[in-house]
Amino acid sequence: MTCEETRLLLNALIDGELDAGHASEVEAHVATCPGCAALLRDYRVMRQALSAPALRHQAPAALRARIEGALPSRRAIVPKAAPSRRSLLQGLAMGSVLSGALAAGLVMFVTRRQEDQGILGDVVSAHLRSLQGDRLIDVQSSDQHTVKPWFNGRLDIAPPVVDLTAQGFTLIGGRLDYIDAKPVAAIVYKRRAHVINLFVAQTTAQVAGPQPAAAIEQVRGFNIWRWTRADLAFWAVSDINATELQEFGEKLEAAVRGGG
Amino acid sequence: MAAGGEGEDADRARRFGDAALPHLDDVYTLARYLLRSAADADDAVQECYLRAFRHFDGWRGQATGTSLVRPWLMAILRNVCRDEFARRSAAAGDVADLAENAVPLWQEPGVSPETAILRQREAEAVAALLAALPEPFREVIVLRDINDLSYREVAEAVGAPIGTVMSRLGRARGLLREAWLTSENEPQCEERSR
Repeated sequence: MTCEETRLLLNALIDGELDAGHASEVEAHVATCPGCAALLRDYRVMRQALSAPALRHQAPAALRARIEGALPSRRAIVPKAAPSRRSLLQGLAMGSVLSGALAAGLVMFVTRRQEDQGILGDVVSAHLRSLQGDRLIDVQSSDQHTVKPWFNGRLDIAPPVVDLTAQGFTLIGGRLDYIDAKPVAAIVYKRRAHVINLFVAQTTAQVAGPQPAAAIEQVRGFNIWRWTRADLAFWAVSDINATELQEFGEKLEAAVRGGG
Repeated sequence: MAAGGEGEDADRARRFGDAALPHLDDVYTLARYLLRSAADADDAVQECYLRAFRHFDGWRGQATGTSLVRPWLMAILRNVCRDEFARRSAAAGDVADLAENAVPLWQEPGVSPETAILRQREAEAVAALLAALPEPFREVIVLRDINDLSYREVAEAVGAPIGTVMSRLGRARGLLREAWLTSENEPQCEERSR
């Protein structure tokens, strides 16, 4: 590969937008060319400097309030959109003319769905909590062999902890958190300046049958990648875009399956 | 009927808010770099959100994925900046000339590799270098490096093919690096005043 070609592709390389084949070609050239190597180092210095939080601006609270105030009332619909599980159950128990079997099926569907939404909401809340203050990490280490044993005795499960640094997701540590009022493992990764919280919990016993494939969902502007394997449920949540989170999920899935 | 309409409006507003409000800081950041005055940025972002809300249904229809909310908002903000702040867009003409006449990005000035390694700079100094870049170059760096959009999302936001985004970003980084190196060799203000 020539210097000219390399310099065009250096940008895509540092942006993580280059396929593996081209990336290794660029890296091979950089290893033998001091000029391109210097350029790559410079671009990385620039990229790092540009990711400083100080370069981002926070919208003033007054602006946020003005925008929210300009939208039609967002409150009116809330009770209708999110009926409590109890009120639905009461409705069915008291006045339903549906057959018992159908009613039971409906209740199961409704409660399952609401629990599901509730858990995803919990996942986002736990993620947001972790970003405030200094509660992100209880055990700080980029070594999976330090993070994994730390959970011993703290949880009833042994969450798989995999190192994905080579794939662009740096392991930075772990902590204990709570989802749906149950203790779960939170394994924390970083992608550039972005935090990815990977929550691992024991699946609820009654979830039997075929396990759903991994999927990406969006809740309150955050992407959540969810996956179930054997008796463990995984949720990865972050503000990185869906494509990158999907990539994280796939790497993780491969590593966990590979590890047995 | 009227009551139903209100409920629908509120529901639409809720869905819009859930999708768009988490990106307010990103949109505001771009506005600050495009417009530079905080008051102009406030107005532009508010107008952007109102326009986005008006077109939310039409947009949702064609969207292929919810992750595209951010580039969509950025694209609207750019239009607002163009429409409402015409004196800024006057600069775009200069930039087109500049882009054509600019040296190819791989034609580096004669800096030896040993001296070419940039020193880390304070955020304030970086912001000043960035502010001095012509708009399309500044914009693409803000979208990519500060707001962390992927190439595809940047392409979506600026309404250009990915190839154009890549070459513009390459040139933008080349220009920023040159400015960075030049500023390192300039005497600091304090030193000059002594």
